[in-house]
Amino acid sequence: MITETQAPQVTGPDFGITPSQTIGPFFAYALTPRAYGGPELATEQVAGDGVEGERIRIEGHVYDGDGVAVSDAMIEIWQADAQGRFNTSGNAGFSGFGRAEATAEGAFYFETIRPGALPGPGGGLQAPHLSVSVFARGLLVQLATRIYFEGDPGNADDPVLALVPAERRDTLIAKRDGAGIFRFVIRLQGEGETVFFAA
Amino acid sequence: MSLIYPRDSLKAHPLNASPAYGSTQKRAPSKPLILLPHTLSETTGPVFGHVGVAAGDSDLTRQHDGEPLGERIIVSGRVLDEDGRPVPHTLVEIWQANAGGRYVHVRDQHPAPLDPNFTGAGRALTDAEGRYRFVTIKPGAYPWRNHHNAWRPAHIHFSLFGPSFLSRVITQMYFPGDPLFKYDPIFQSVTDENARERLVSRFDLGTTEPEWALGYQFDIVLRGRNATPLEEPHDH
Repeated sequence: MITETQAPQVTGPDFGITPSQTIGPFFAYALTPRAYGGPELATEQVAGDGVEGERIRIEGHVYDGDGVAVSDAMIEIWQADAQGRFNTSGNAGFSGFGRAEATAEGAFYFETIRPGALPGPGGGLQAPHLSVSVFARGLLVQLATRIYFEGDPGNADDPVLALVPAERRDTLIAKRDGAGIFRFVIRLQGEGETVFFAA
Repeated sequence: MSLIYPRDSLKAHPLNASPAYGSTQKRAPSKPLILLPHTLSETTGPVFGHVGVAAGDSDLTRQHDGEPLGERIIVSGRVLDEDGRPVPHTLVEIWQANAGGRYVHVRDQHPAPLDPNFTGAGRALTDAEGRYRFVTIKPGAYPWRNHHNAWRPAHIHFSLFGPSFLSRVITQMYFPGDPLFKYDPIFQSVTDENARERLVSRFDLGTTEPEWALGYQFDIVLRGRNATPLEEPHDH
């Protein structure tokens, strides 16, 4: 007997990935529930005390095509550790994953360690970077971008930066803004638009 | 097992430039996306164990002293990859409006009552077969200001990680036969009809529990295929 709980058809036009839909404006009490007293899966603290590496703070803002602060965005980051390794179970206190809710002014921050260079395609190295996902009302699919670091000697040979038109590369480089602080502005649209990737 | 992530699958997603959904107009990027090679940064991702998920997190009807108002439902299904294989032990986060169509969120101004016995947020990890199960209340439809007389069809928001940065997705689950589908620019932003239908759960008598709650099945397919096919070609 065929029941409605049978295994899904894995071939044919009906099978495929589940489409993305917007996060909408009302996610905070579930995904970033600090103000609601709910349990937080992940926060702005990516690396706890004692994790090996240069401690840094990323400070940023998200703006729309009119330069208006995006006050209902969620930003997630994913990064390697100081040795350029991911998912290192032996590295207590380091998740590599951060999640932040933008403030009313569109501001966000992360406290972490500067990642190391890591293997890239074709046997080369990638410069230190963070992978970034931007979710917000009005975004039907998350936007993917990367944060690189101003002054890093690896940037000149990074295989992903090399794919970006030279005049737009600067949108992917966080700028030094005091000791251990890097600033990164995300412009969703228009003048100075951040480079976003199709992954 | 190593996974590959064919870009062709991305055609199922909506375009961010979907102007009928007004909030996209100042937020969708205007420049073309740049193709990103799938490096270690993309093919890895965070792993969440039971640490982040408590046993009661998947029953949204038991998070307060009393029972919430509304139609009690069970929502369950499987998380699969593009080969139809289960994605085990992966995190599923959900959130939703209450039975009256009101979110707990402080900025929701819809003049429908909050329910002191319902928050509307839940979490679960899939089991070894990729299954998850939530007990909740059927959310209500609610008005929004996208256009005159705009109403969102009832939906539950789903957030999933899967094995990597590339399998990460946030989506919405809808209920079968909703008369609001054809007026909703968010649902309609998925232009492929087959893909759009994958956002709609199905009523399932097998999931329904007698004298207790209606059951809906919602399977979620994440990006990712096996790099080496399960069956070798026969002509070598």
